[in-house]
Amino acid sequence: MPDSLCKAIVALLLALSAALAGAKEALPEAADPALEARMTRITAELRCLVCQNQTIADSNAGLAVDLRRETRAMLRQGKSDAEIIAYMTARYGDFVLYRPPLKSTTALLWFGPAAMLLLGGAVLIFVLRRRTRLAADAFEPDEDEEAGEGRGEPARADSDAAAART
Amino acid sequence: MKRFWFLIPLAAFLALAVVLAVGLKLDPREVPSPLIDKPAPKFALPRLDDAGRTIRLDDMRGKVWVLNVWASWCVACREEHPLLVEFAKKKVVPLYGLNYKDQREDATRWLARFGNPYDASLYDVEGRVGIDFGVYGVPETFVIDQNGVIRLKHIGPLTPDVLANKIEPLLKKLDA
Repeated sequence: MPDSLCKAIVALLLALSAALAGAKEALPEAADPALEARMTRITAELRCLVCQNQTIADSNAGLAVDLRRETRAMLRQGKSDAEIIAYMTARYGDFVLYRPPLKSTTALLWFGPAAMLLLGGAVLIFVLRRRTRLAADAFEPDEDEEAGEGRGEPARADSDAAAART
Repeated sequence: MKRFWFLIPLAAFLALAVVLAVGLKLDPREVPSPLIDKPAPKFALPRLDDAGRTIRLDDMRGKVWVLNVWASWCVACREEHPLLVEFAKKKVVPLYGLNYKDQREDATRWLARFGNPYDASLYDVEGRVGIDFGVYGVPETFVIDQNGVIRLKHIGPLTPDVLANKIEPLLKKLDA
């Protein structure tokens, strides 16, 4: 069967070329894709100090390139993620962490928004409750009511007005 | 008491305005360094003018000194340079340069052109010592005391104000 032989050869060649292409891609700097992936994962959590809205993984600033190089070197030495993060914060402070640690100085940062939300909610509830207790004549009548039903009518309680409109 | 409740929103607004105004004044580029009041990182670097000679942190023990991070590619360094030249003339303390990620030739030419205020410059071509010092925005200036502890870090170009009101008083205090 020359036909199937031919197919087999083609398949073999294709497989070989794929293997060769793979080998070619692995050659440049990222000699170790696993290490590179780990480096990227760590530096993606760190703020670049030169362009502050980018991570060290994203940035092409000279310092970010250097810090990626240092991270790679530390990973090769077998340092743990925590050790690398400690290396960065020892030099640049907690500012480099996109997820700052919970400390007395960062408590406001962590809980401030929630506290503001609670405070706002409490004020809202307080105001609404007080309003429901107010007599109906404490409010100005709605404009459409004024136009449609005339001024002579006594003001109604809120719920009545709503029912009338629907 | 209840009469003044209507003032609460106004007070809240004022408090918020003050917080935001302070926030506006803060410069996010001035990241407080965790190295203040910590021992300066150890280094051993060749001199810019003589690759054969090495300067180490330990060589500086016992004296108060100023380290200024600079580079020939750094535009703001040119801005502060005349101040450093003036400062060096007073001979208050030794002034060392950290030539950061530069080429020896460019740096030497730069000093020849603008004047060399430094007792010596350390040649940090890879920026490793810069990283150890937490350098991220050249120029930066450090004051290091007799025990090798970093006492002050200034980020960005020096100004006459910073020199006269922050650095020189500190040097005086440390010398005493």
